Amino acid sequence: MTSSTEPYVLNIGPQHPSTHGVFRIRVVMDGERIQDIDMIVGYLHRSMEKLAEERTYTQNIPFTDRTDYLAAMSNNLGYCLAAERLAGVEVPERASYLRVIFAELQRIASHAMANGQIVSDAGAWQTPLLYMFREREKILDLFEMTCGARLTTNYMRIGGVAFDPPDEFYPAVNALIDEMPDRMDEYDELIVDNEIFIARARGVGVITAEDAVNASLVGPMLRASGVPWDLRKAEPYCVYDRMDFDIPVAHTGDSYDRFMVRMAEVRQSVRIIRQALDALPGGAHKTDVPLSLRPLAGEVYARVEGPRGELGFYLVSDGGPAPYRFHIRAPSLINLSLLREMAVGASLPDAIVALGSIDIVLGEIDR
Amino acid sequence: MPAGPRQLDGHRVAERLSEAVQGALLEATDEWVVVAPARIVDALRWLRDDAEFDAAQLSNLCAVDYNDHIEIVYHLQSLDQNHQIVVKTRLEDHDEPSVPSVFGVYQGALFQEREGYDLMGVNFEGHPDLRRLFLWEGFPGHPLRKDFMGMLDRTPGLPGFPYETPGVQRR
Repeated sequence: MTSSTEPYVLNIGPQHPSTHGVFRIRVVMDGERIQDIDMIVGYLHRSMEKLAEERTYTQNIPFTDRTDYLAAMSNNLGYCLAAERLAGVEVPERASYLRVIFAELQRIASHAMANGQIVSDAGAWQTPLLYMFREREKILDLFEMTCGARLTTNYMRIGGVAFDPPDEFYPAVNALIDEMPDRMDEYDELIVDNEIFIARARGVGVITAEDAVNASLVGPMLRASGVPWDLRKAEPYCVYDRMDFDIPVAHTGDSYDRFMVRMAEVRQSVRIIRQALDALPGGAHKTDVPLSLRPLAGEVYARVEGPRGELGFYLVSDGGPAPYRFHIRAPSLINLSLLREMAVGASLPDAIVALGSIDIVLGEIDR
Repeated sequence: MPAGPRQLDGHRVAERLSEAVQGALLEATDEWVVVAPARIVDALRWLRDDAEFDAAQLSNLCAVDYNDHIEIVYHLQSLDQNHQIVVKTRLEDHDEPSVPSVFGVYQGALFQEREGYDLMGVNFEGHPDLRRLFLWEGFPGHPLRKDFMGMLDRTPGLPGFPYETPGVQRR
């Protein structure tokens, strides 16, 4: 006697903890195996690119927080660099150092969230996530004491940063980076060598280096596939060319490697913050830039290495006070390109781990 | 004019591109090359495979509405040689712009071309899955167009709002 199965459709999301936001996946299952998936996004679409065409360059800064709300500082920075290059604004040295410090703090906070989520998706429900939130919380406190906001920081300005950090910022950030290496060792014991986590993440969602490059993958996803590409080294902005740090690379390209690359990047970020704090010069934290900036007609594509990879801002100016075209190259959206290839043929729990290892933020995907 | 720090001179790209891909090159500036829409796939494939330019990755794909024409901008980059190449193509038919899809050359175009179709109304011929990305099927118009006037006469939840219109396929 033979038995046969019929494919059936399973809907995941848009409201589901494993989809990390309002992301919907329509999965066609054949028994336990995935036959086909359809990714449906747009539930958080706010048409920011259109709204930005009606606002001045300065008024657009708060929009950039609300794209990738887990890495607002990196988004602020990318946009401000683009607007500065378009308008030819020089940034004081102190501001560049402060930008590096805050961008790297943001990277630690974002990677803590990403890695906590992968482990959650792999079945260690919430405990490791809350461990990682301990550090993230301290970083958000640092943001709050500096600019008053925790998530949507709106801290960078065209021509510098909005505020000088208060005096209590320095002991707090020093204490944080002093304890970070110990915390990272703790995670190594808790998760990195954990047999169950390795069994769930090793060999899941493997991407080869050729596919990763061809599918425009960036950031930890590209580096986990063995391509040592990091814009902080390749196209240094701010003062990254004066910092001494390594690009962590892994070679299998599976979910475990993506997790490990993020863990290693946190240690590198700590190194960068320490160097930037030591070398932090005095002086102004901002140059005076007219509030209604009118860059000459032209276009610019500026990019930074955000926590999720190449975060680009393509601005076109027609000489007016608002950008003629404002396009965000969202790393989360483009990193999703290969999810179908990773999921088809796998089981559903493996696909969820693979999705978690991409580290998507729906605010950035939908914009 | 502000150019990217690692961006190649358009004239340098144009010099070899015009010989290698006949009829592709229309114009070159310091920053970018403009390619005929019909030859865009051949031009990008040649840039990807050429040893000097080695544009292995499509970094960004974006459509811009210039009122009388639509421009598609491709930011390519070489990871080995660390440079960027900007290729543009102009679609003269503003109302129904159409350009061959570069998905066959770069898989990274999958969502970026769908976004261009959804928000700017560009038909990327040969794209394997050209559907709206953010908005729903039946949405009136393409919002990033400069002539898009919004949904003034349509209120969500009332008859006439496209989502509620009979016959419009919900996905």
